[in-house]
Amino acid sequence: MSSGLYGAYGGRYVPETLIPALDELEQGWQDALADEAYAAELAHLASTYAGRPTPLTAAERFAPGKRLYLKREDLLYTGAHKLNNALGQAVLARRLGKGRIVAETGAGQHGVATATVCARFGLECVVYMGSEDMRRQRPNVERMGLLGAEVRPVEFGTKTLKEATSEAIRDWITNVETTHYLIGSCVGPHPYPQIVRELQAVIGREAREQMLELEGRLPEAVVACVGGGSNAIGIFAGFVDDPDVQLIGVEAAGAASLGSGRPGVLHGARSPVLSDEDGQIADAHSISAGLDYPGVGPEHAALRDSGRARYLGATDEEALASFRRLARTEGLLPALEPAHALARVEGLDAELILVCLSGRGDKDLAEVMSLTTGSPP
Amino acid sequence: MRKRLSIYLMCGPETPALAEAAVAGGADLLELGFPFSDPLADGPVIRRAAERALAQGMRTAACLDCLAQVRSRVEVPLVPMTYASLLEAHGWDAFARDAEARGATSLIVADLPVDERPELRRVQLVAPTSTDERLRLAAGSTDGWLYLVTLTGTTGPRADLSPALAGLVERARAVTGLPLLAGFGISTPEQARAAAGLADGIVVGSRAVEIAEEGPDALSRYVASLRQAIDA
Repeated sequence: MSSGLYGAYGGRYVPETLIPALDELEQGWQDALADEAYAAELAHLASTYAGRPTPLTAAERFAPGKRLYLKREDLLYTGAHKLNNALGQAVLARRLGKGRIVAETGAGQHGVATATVCARFGLECVVYMGSEDMRRQRPNVERMGLLGAEVRPVEFGTKTLKEATSEAIRDWITNVETTHYLIGSCVGPHPYPQIVRELQAVIGREAREQMLELEGRLPEAVVACVGGGSNAIGIFAGFVDDPDVQLIGVEAAGAASLGSGRPGVLHGARSPVLSDEDGQIADAHSISAGLDYPGVGPEHAALRDSGRARYLGATDEEALASFRRLARTEGLLPALEPAHALARVEGLDAELILVCLSGRGDKDLAEVMSLTTGSPP
Repeated sequence: MRKRLSIYLMCGPETPALAEAAVAGGADLLELGFPFSDPLADGPVIRRAAERALAQGMRTAACLDCLAQVRSRVEVPLVPMTYASLLEAHGWDAFARDAEARGATSLIVADLPVDERPELRRVQLVAPTSTDERLRLAAGSTDGWLYLVTLTGTTGPRADLSPALAGLVERARAVTGLPLLAGFGISTPEQARAAAGLADGIVVGSRAVEIAEEGPDALSRYVASLRQAIDA
C-alpha cells in the first residue's frame, strides 16, 4: 500500500476504527484500476449518462487580447464536475459490496451528484448538510429529497460544510461495515485524495486533447478555482507533466487555506488549514458555498511548495464582477466558484489560457440577485 | 487484581476540584480532554463540552495549566486526551514535553492511529474493526495499557454494553499481557461491571462529563457507584 503522502501532507489522521475500512477501500481501488471493466463502465456512464466529453468553448468577448477557452464542466449532468467523482465512487462502492452511502455537502452540488448516482444504482443515501446551508440552498435540498436521499441537518458549530463533513465521518465510523463514505473533494484520509484526483482527471485528459485539436498547442496557463480543490486537481492532472504550462489555482480570499493557512490536521489529513495558533479550526468566509471550507487537498499543498502550481486569491466582489461579465459577454452563467478563477484571467502573463468552468450558476441566482438588488445591472 | 477505573474530564476552570472528587470516588486514572473544534471521535456530550471549554478560553496553554493544577491535587496517572491538530500546532515533541513537565503520565490522541507519528509515545486505541495484525502493532507500541474502543462509533452513552467487547478482549489478550481498558458507551454501574468482567478496567467519559456539571459531590458519588460496581 502506498503511504498516501504528498511531500509532508496527506496521511491518515482518523480514529483507528476507520483504518481497516481505508485499507479495504485502497485495495478495492487498486483492484478497480487494474480492471478494464471498471474503466469501461465509467466510460460508458460518462458518455451515456453524464454527458461527456464536455466541450471547450472559446470566450472571445470575455477576455479581449487573450485566447481564452473554457472547459465546460457546467454542461455535465447535475450542473458541475462533482458527478465525475460521484459516479466513479458509486461504482467502486458497489464493487466493495457497500449498499449505503454517506456524503457531506455545502452548497448541495456534491449532495445532488451523490443522490443522483445512488438513485441510479439503488444505493441508500444519507447526505449531511449544515442547517445554515440548508436554509441558503433550499432547491438543492428539495432536489436531493426527490432523488430519494435523506438529508440530515447538522446543527453544530458553524452549521456549514466543515461540520457536515465531520458528521459524515462520524456516521461512517458508526456504520463502517455497511457504508461507503463518498467524499466530495480531494481531501480526507488516504486514499481519498488519490481517488478523487483520478476520477476528476478526466477533465484534464479531455481538455488537453481538445486544446491540441483546436489550437495545435498546449495552453500557456491552466486556471481553476480551489476550495477543497477537486476540479483544479482534475484539470491540472492533464498538464502537470508539461513544465511549460502554468498551473494556477484561485482561492476565495476569505477561505485561502493555501494562501494564508498553516499546516494543520482536519478531516483526516495533514494539509494547510485556516486555524488559530492552537490548532483550532477557523471559520472560512466566501460568497461561494463551494469554496467556503477551511481546508484544502494535500496534493495542492505539495504543488504549491514545489512551485509547480501557484495559488492566487479572488474576493467576493471580483467573483461577482466576473459572474456578470461572463453572462453579458458570452451568454454563460457560471457558478460563483469558477467565477473566482475567471477573475484572475486578465492579469495573467499568458495569452492562451484554459479555465475550468466547473459548474453552472443556476444555484447561485438567488444569492447574486440579493446582492445586486438596487444597483443597475 | 483490582480493576482500573479511568474517568475522563474536559479541561476547564472547575476541573481541578472535579479531579479531586473523582479520585475521592475511586478513580485510578484521569483522562483530561484538551478541547478541539472538530472532534471526529466524539459524540454530542463531549462535543458540547468542548465547545463550552473553547468558549471559556481553554486553549492549549490554559489546558496545560489545568493539567498542572490537577497534578498538584491528585496522585493518580494523568493522561491528556486530544486530537492531532493541537499537537501539530504546538509542535509534536513540544506538546509531549510540555504535558510531561506539567505532570502528564502519557497521552491519548484520538485521530492518530498507530502508523502515524510512531515516535510519539502514547496510549494506543484499538477497535472492533482492528485486524489482529493491527492489534499486535498497537500493543507493541502502546504506553502502559491498551485502550479498547468497545464499539464502532463515537463516544457517548448507549443503552447496552457493546456486544463486540468480548471478542475484542479475547483477540487483544492473544497478543499482549498489558492491561486492557475498555471505553466508549459505558455509563451505568451495570455496564461498568459487565465491561470490567471482561477487561482489566474501564473508561467512562461522556456520562462523567454530564454529571460533572452538577458539581464535585455528584461526580464523587457517581464515580463511587462505578467503583463499587467493578469491585463487586
